Amino acid sequence: MATEDRHTPVLSLRDAQLRFGERVLWHGLDLDVEPGEFLAVLGPNGTGKTSLLKVLLGQHTLYRGTAEINGKNVHAGNPAIGYIPQQRGIDQHTPMRGRDLVRMGIDGHRWGTGRPSRSRRQKVDALLDAVGAGSYADAPAGTLSGGELQRLRVAQALANDPSVLLCDEPLLSLDIHHQRIVAALLNEQRVTRNTAVVFVTHEINPILPYVDRVLYIVGGHFLVGTPAEVMTTESLSRLYGSRVEVVEVGGRLVVVGGEAECVDHHVHEDELIPDRGAI
Amino acid sequence: MSMQEIWGTLFTFEDYGELVALLANSLIAAGLLGVVGGLISVFVMARDIPFAVHGVSELSFAGAAFALLVGFDVVNGSIIGSLLAALLIGIGGARASEKNAIIGVLMPFGLGLAILFLALYDGRSASKFGLLTGQIVAISPGQILTLVVCSILVLIVLAIVWRPLLFASLDPEVARAKGVPVGVLTIVFMLVLGLAVALSVQVVGVLLVLALLITPAAAATQISASPVWVPVLSVIFAVTASVGGILIALASPVVPISPFVTTISFLIYLVCRLAGQRRLKSLHRRRAVREAELHESRIASV
Repeated sequence: MATEDRHTPVLSLRDAQLRFGERVLWHGLDLDVEPGEFLAVLGPNGTGKTSLLKVLLGQHTLYRGTAEINGKNVHAGNPAIGYIPQQRGIDQHTPMRGRDLVRMGIDGHRWGTGRPSRSRRQKVDALLDAVGAGSYADAPAGTLSGGELQRLRVAQALANDPSVLLCDEPLLSLDIHHQRIVAALLNEQRVTRNTAVVFVTHEINPILPYVDRVLYIVGGHFLVGTPAEVMTTESLSRLYGSRVEVVEVGGRLVVVGGEAECVDHHVHEDELIPDRGAI
Repeated sequence: MSMQEIWGTLFTFEDYGELVALLANSLIAAGLLGVVGGLISVFVMARDIPFAVHGVSELSFAGAAFALLVGFDVVNGSIIGSLLAALLIGIGGARASEKNAIIGVLMPFGLGLAILFLALYDGRSASKFGLLTGQIVAISPGQILTLVVCSILVLIVLAIVWRPLLFASLDPEVARAKGVPVGVLTIVFMLVLGLAVALSVQVVGVLLVLALLITPAAAATQISASPVWVPVLSVIFAVTASVGGILIALASPVVPISPFVTTISFLIYLVCRLAGQRRLKSLHRRRAVREAELHESRIASV
């Protein structure tokens, strides 16, 4: 990106360090993400990929350094962010339809009961159209397929025209076909709206055609660059500190080795997060 | 005994009109509790925490039993008991599984305390039984006032937190990302739930609280997923059960109110469930069709 100095980056990290107690997840992280840029965040479990998103969401505080979105310090409830979580099953009797999921992205955080509004309904319909979810908008969310739900999640995240979409493994537990559809849809919206995308994943292949840069984190160290720079045997071997091979099989990148590292870091990040889930 | 004799023992419609007039206040309170129960149950379903309702009701029972023992007002006692329980559960664990464990730990403790208090109490045994099975027709005008005030309080709080609470209940991760204070709302909801449980205990008793705080929305969600229709139906079902239960029970000199409330509630659920079966089948069929079309379009594009 040659235009770096001409405008404020959507997302900017300077000398960022995150730790849980004594354990440093990563440190010295400098990163700028430009409008419309697609950044993939890769690495084994427990290396702080999800925690990076939580820093940007204002849910975790950096131990050192700064994190800014649109030139302003990160804070909770930032309207400049759209967030897409992992697909998880919804009970079929949950009182929520597809369109309600999208609608909550517009005004779910506001107090009061909310009144019916024609303009809001039109906005929901437009978002549903944009992701091709019109045909199942009125079906209970619990009766939709994982792929359909993730399309709705894209619409939900786009509801307030965010500058950046933070995606936390949104393709996990989808079959390959739906992974491709949702990834393409996400990319299409990124291009038409010039929204930056930060995409946490352990599987780069479904998004490989769209990725501008990769942030690869392993055991506190990281590497930033284009997929061609980062996803090589040499780069990843240096990063892992052990022999890792990147092989191309039928247009897909496969990282061989590094599994030992994965096992080592197999602390679930979730377990470090104090409060999660509702009652 | 012939059927007719049994019917005669169960129901007598003598002086029915006078009874209704006499119990007008109780009926109003029951209607209000129906509204509260119907709305709360929507969130109980959305958060999937029926077990918490049960846990809170048993500690509510302990509070009421303690109040009975020391000669304090029973309604206030049950409110304090259930608020304490709700607060403990609300701040107790981080995950649903932890909550369930906490509820499971609290419940027998509360029930044990209640049994202790009742064993020490040497007053009327009907008062003891009333806690378990409901006693709204037996409560004083002062207590009814407490019920009405608490119900209105619950309704006001719900009106204020409705949208973010629903967001936090249905979609906690995204709600948190959007800045919804999910943790605070959990505590707020648990307190409101505690109040609602304490109020419902007066109508249907400790053992049957679930009929007013779970069944209505469980029935409504069988036939709709609309965030408008589910609460509306749920309230209609809960009011039908609570008020209808009392109206039928008035005609019966022997049977208390709660069996009628729970039976109406259950019948409504049954009807909704049967109607919902067909709806679900057609929804799943439509999903299969969508997936098939997607598959075909993919083959066509290759």
